[in-house]
Amino acid sequence: MKRKFLSTLMAGALAASMLTGCASAAATDSEAAPATDDAGVEAEAGTEAEASAEAVTTEGDPNGTHMEMWSFVEAHNTFYAKMLQKWNEENPDRTIEITFTTYPYADMHQKLLMSLQGGEGAPDLCDVEMGQVPNIYEGLDTWLQPLDDAMAPYAADMLTSRLDAYKGSDGKQYGAPFHVGATVMYYNLAAMEEAGLSQADIDAVETWDDWKALGKKYLDAIGNPDGKYWTSVDTGGCDWQWIAMAEYGEDWTGGFDNKANVELPSVKKMCQFEQDMLNEGIAEVSPDGHTDLEAGYQNILDHNIVAFPKAMWYMSRFTNYMPEEAGNWYIAKCPVFEKGQNCSVGIGGTGTVVTKQSSDPELAADFLCFAKMSPEGENVIWQDLGFDVCNTSLWTDDAFAHDDSNQYNKFFRNYPYDVLASIKDQIGTVMTVSISPTINEYMCNTTLNEMFEDGMSVDDALAEAQGAIELEE
Amino acid sequence: MKKKGSFLYSQKAAPFVFVLPFVITFIIFWVYPLISAFVMSTQNIGAVSREFIGFKNYAKLLKDNVFHQAVANSFEYMVLTCALLIPFPMLYAVLLDGKLVKGKGIWKALMYVPALTSVVISGTLFRLMFTEYRTGQMNVLLALIGLPAFKWLKVKWTSEIALLVLCCWRWTGVNTLYFMSGLKSIDKGLYEAGSIDGANKWQMFRYITIPLLKPTTIYVLTISIYAGLSMFLESFMLWAGNDSPKNIGLTIVGYLYKRGIQKNDMGYACAVGVVLLVLAMIINFTQLIINGQFKKEEK
Repeated sequence: MKRKFLSTLMAGALAASMLTGCASAAATDSEAAPATDDAGVEAEAGTEAEASAEAVTTEGDPNGTHMEMWSFVEAHNTFYAKMLQKWNEENPDRTIEITFTTYPYADMHQKLLMSLQGGEGAPDLCDVEMGQVPNIYEGLDTWLQPLDDAMAPYAADMLTSRLDAYKGSDGKQYGAPFHVGATVMYYNLAAMEEAGLSQADIDAVETWDDWKALGKKYLDAIGNPDGKYWTSVDTGGCDWQWIAMAEYGEDWTGGFDNKANVELPSVKKMCQFEQDMLNEGIAEVSPDGHTDLEAGYQNILDHNIVAFPKAMWYMSRFTNYMPEEAGNWYIAKCPVFEKGQNCSVGIGGTGTVVTKQSSDPELAADFLCFAKMSPEGENVIWQDLGFDVCNTSLWTDDAFAHDDSNQYNKFFRNYPYDVLASIKDQIGTVMTVSISPTINEYMCNTTLNEMFEDGMSVDDALAEAQGAIELEE
Repeated sequence: MKKKGSFLYSQKAAPFVFVLPFVITFIIFWVYPLISAFVMSTQNIGAVSREFIGFKNYAKLLKDNVFHQAVANSFEYMVLTCALLIPFPMLYAVLLDGKLVKGKGIWKALMYVPALTSVVISGTLFRLMFTEYRTGQMNVLLALIGLPAFKWLKVKWTSEIALLVLCCWRWTGVNTLYFMSGLKSIDKGLYEAGSIDGANKWQMFRYITIPLLKPTTIYVLTISIYAGLSMFLESFMLWAGNDSPKNIGLTIVGYLYKRGIQKNDMGYACAVGVVLLVLAMIINFTQLIINGQFKKEEK
């Protein structure tokens, strides 16, 4: 008997050691992928600490329909939990209980994709980062629940160009966005005022040429010192090119049906414009590739650059990483090449999907649209997450847009939503389709470096990129 | 019941029972994924469909310049890390084993600490140290000797230096410990005999230490080759993602990740994985054969 007990114990120990082996393997795996910045498409999540380990919480009405929800940003799940409470209060006959799990970025998307492919194990609701949208949308309505019906009550107020970014190739809406991610121009007005310029000078800027001339004026005023520039151009991000495409209404992905083409007139024009600014000493190359990295923040803090275009969500980088800059910066719309063009484009984002495997897809879709599209939800998104919401009716709502207790309204010289409201009809879209990661990757790794670091001609660099991208199609 | 009991206590069955956990883990976590990866590498795996395409993925690999660059980068890294991470740790081990060094415990602990630090943290720190901005440590050092700031992570050879510094910082302590344990097993009598025969320190190191450390050296070399070829995280952290200027930091595993996870092309990624396995096997087997590892077994 004693021997038997002993052997059982040993077998148990062996089994336990096997399991521990699995656990540690999983841990190293998750460690391997803390990416927030994928394939050159900025994730909005950079400010929120990404979950290093799985965080699981269950919220809501225990008697309601039970659902699972995954995200790669803990703050998103906190937001949904808050909205879930409101939903249950307002819909006592359709209550929900949700188990929220936060996974690291790559883990979560991989798990979601596997479970969709396998046909089981997918959550009811899941966040999908923009860069991963083409992968997750491949199964269209066999995998995902279209949100068109559920979002009907709110759709009229939502910014269509942003919704379009989360449509499948069949034209159905599969993802609910958090924000517009509209590109705007950030100006260090305090530094410009020291140089004798004023807000009126900024407001007078209409075209990129005006903008460049203002830059020249600024640099002349401060005496063209070494290390000081008007702006910095990116080699690790395609924001400038996206803005140019939106201005001319072009799209290098070609959308769902056409072939990718990076040799677009708009792209060439912008690249040439950037290269000219570099040659004339008006711009420098962003340290470490783009403004959304530590060196970029430091460059801004040191007032080495005083104007740069970036999406609205970059506001949170100011409040999180550059609090010293409070009161210095002014937000205005981006210049255009030709008057009358669109001046902005939505960049980055998270589209939340409802899977067909959900225990109640309609209910899940209704809750999701309530959380991410209703005025109540949008309010929480702006207050808690600080994103430029897609519900345009709120942009001109005084209580919402001009709330002086809001940290962003306090931080910047002007109200961010005033800028957004002024460009409401001028926000374009560049699609994210299956070739997008390839284009972004080639541009950010090779082409932009060749043009801006090595001085290769724009035409040659883009022709090379086009050749490489065609090989992948 | 009795029969079952006698089976469990049977002298013949017992060894198999005890080996079973390993065999099962080996089959589930090694043999199955290996076969499955090979099968997948011959498929075009879409979201909803998968089809056999024979060796087309491999044919594509042959023409894929980015893959070739990743292989070249990984090879270069592997060779350089082996060149640095064997002689130096061996030297440190000998020093720590000798009488010259005081406070050995502290040194050992200090050298081992980097291995316990998460690469995610150390990679980020190294990225900040090697930033092209003038406030990065490396550029501050350059400024001290009057040189302008340098774009460390945008130039091939300096980025290679950054990767090697990170690698050496991390693994020197571990390899030193391996060599120290190897040194412990060398009979001290041999050194006494050597000194009686009039051998100097260098001769003792050359003719006693190095040959007797060979098993340790071969082990360290084998794992270094594998670790060098499969490096991913260091480069991923140093460039804050899988994209580096002109792919100077792209490794084979980085490319596998890019294809499999970022672009969801599992079939092609599996082909990359199989090629990595074959390369690592070829190099390690050649190395082991040259070092005579298999001859011993035959004796």
